[in-house]
Amino acid sequence: MLSINDLRASIEGKEILKGINLEVKPGEVHAIMGPNGSGKSTLASVLAGREEYEVTGGNVVFDGKDILEMAPEERAAEGIFLAFQYPVEIPGVTTINFLKTAVNEIRKYKGESPLDAAQFLKMVREKAKLVSMNDSLLKRALNEGFSGGEKKRNEVFQMAVLEPKLAILDETDSGLDIDALRIVAEGVNSLRSPERSTIVVTHYQRLLDYIVPDYVHVLYKGRIVKSGPKELALELEEKGYDWIKAEVEAVG
Amino acid sequence: MSNETIDLKTRLITDFHAREAVMNGEASSEFHQKKRAGLALFEQLGFPTIKHEEWKYSNVRDLISVSYDFNAESSIGLAELEDLKVPKQEANILYFVNGRYNEELSAIISPVGQITISSLADAYKNDPAKVASFFNELTKDANDAFTALNTAFAQDGVFIHIPDNQSVEHPIILRFVSDAREQNVGSQPRNIISVGKNAHVKLAEAFRTLGDQRSFTNAVTEIQVAEEANVQYYKVQNESENAYHIGTTQVRMLDRSHFYAGTVTLNGKFTRNNLNIVLDGEHCDAHMYGLYFPDGSQHVDNHTVADHQKPNSESNELYKGILRDKSKGVFNGKIFVRPDAQKTNAFQSCKNIVLSPDATMNTKPQLEIFADDVKCSHGTTTGQIDEEALFYMRSRGISQSEAMSLLMFAFCADVVSQIKIDSVREYLENVITQKLASK
Repeated sequence: MLSINDLRASIEGKEILKGINLEVKPGEVHAIMGPNGSGKSTLASVLAGREEYEVTGGNVVFDGKDILEMAPEERAAEGIFLAFQYPVEIPGVTTINFLKTAVNEIRKYKGESPLDAAQFLKMVREKAKLVSMNDSLLKRALNEGFSGGEKKRNEVFQMAVLEPKLAILDETDSGLDIDALRIVAEGVNSLRSPERSTIVVTHYQRLLDYIVPDYVHVLYKGRIVKSGPKELALELEEKGYDWIKAEVEAVG
Repeated sequence: MSNETIDLKTRLITDFHAREAVMNGEASSEFHQKKRAGLALFEQLGFPTIKHEEWKYSNVRDLISVSYDFNAESSIGLAELEDLKVPKQEANILYFVNGRYNEELSAIISPVGQITISSLADAYKNDPAKVASFFNELTKDANDAFTALNTAFAQDGVFIHIPDNQSVEHPIILRFVSDAREQNVGSQPRNIISVGKNAHVKLAEAFRTLGDQRSFTNAVTEIQVAEEANVQYYKVQNESENAYHIGTTQVRMLDRSHFYAGTVTLNGKFTRNNLNIVLDGEHCDAHMYGLYFPDGSQHVDNHTVADHQKPNSESNELYKGILRDKSKGVFNGKIFVRPDAQKTNAFQSCKNIVLSPDATMNTKPQLEIFADDVKCSHGTTTGQIDEEALFYMRSRGISQSEAMSLLMFAFCADVVSQIKIDSVREYLENVITQKLASK
């Protein structure tokens, strides 16, 4: 489904990703871990098409298409979803209107007719229930004045509505207390399916107690330096990142 | 000063004297004496240059470089109005074509007991003393060349009186159309509106142009707001690429009255709006909302004044602009708090999005506070579209152009939503949506 080959990217002339290789198959959950500044969020941003980053090498093939030449909105329409670390507040645009526009723009991209208001509302209500999203938030301006937990829940809710093939969760656990974390994780788990793949980017292991990955990869200095089963996350939690750093430095 | 500048001023003065020469006894009337004083002031002040502090960023050189026919006839009828796509609404609608009332196109539907409404010319024929007593009362201290010029040449416009305790059910919509299909046309409408105690009214002034020749509108509106009255007043400008517009709205509020203004400039070559509100009463509240959208080489200048003269009143102001291409915007907001006006609350905000490196916005808040127990605040922002918000929307599948439109529409929404005449608000929403989609 997703194949990242020797991906290199830089920002303002500084190379952050120095040759990433990753294969994600349908239904798999991959965790990307690593110390601060290792390039985790950069990877998430480059996959979603954030324009500040310049891709300097490699390719990313998603469902048989090279996505690196695609605009962010095209990638979204192809089925890639990025849950933001810091969801943006947009005054004056209600969550419901925002999502209706998004759903219908994606349908247009796929050559489908737009949903009418009744169909859309019915679908949205079902999805809100699925991820325990309070209906009253839908009519408010997008993320404006939302608590940290509400913002992250709104990300998961948007994911439920847009039904992506690949969800990338960028530090979704940051700024959440344990209760909020659990609710958000339950939302993500309820959306797991054999067709939908997930990349969980996180610094800490605790999110992975709730969203259990199939594979764990450690990103360090712009490269994946170690991959393993879910137990690798526990090892990192216990021992920190220093031993990995030491291993990498030893190899040179 | 160029020869041409002297030319328009001289022409206007000569024209005034020529009219006066054929007036017979009317020349000695109170009304005409006020006009003559207007001319004298205009003669003394002359057209402002950019050396004048109030005109620093707005140069009228272009405006006064040609002559205009201030008496142009127009054959405009219902067919031409269709072209203007004027929204339909059950309302009192008064048409002024090239500054003169057009009865055929107009419809007054509110019952006589609720409202006295007619053209200024008709009102003057019926009751010269009454019209003369209201005329130039609120603007008499204005030291402004264009207001003085309007006073000198005032012929027509609207005269409205709403008796005490009347709630005017239907809105009043004044439509000013410049017919510039054949020649450069000028008009100087003068509107006099007096709202009685505890009376309620919603009114709008809409300015449009037909044709590609130049039009010059120099409008003055005087609004008296008596105790406990509630007035909603909107001004919408959607004129041509060759339309020059100078307008002054002068308001005086008495105790416990409420005044809401919405000034929306959608299109026009050169626009200067002066909105001056004198809060001459206690427990009044004045609200000023503004929105402007210049593109190409358009110029929009809003000057506002909230003059607090008595204690315990509030003024609240929000102006917003989106500037494109090589357009220029100017905002100057004055707040005066006079020595007697303790416990004043005055708020002002001006926010702008500048979408092109060649567009400029000049903002100048000006607070002069002579009382010590007051709450005043002001703020201005000028920025670009929020790139992070744009990326967020695009990452959900919304195209860049659609995301831009949504963000800009949202930016305008808190001003547009203040317009309480449905047809006017819906018209604005439609035109704004089209304008945002056009680029």
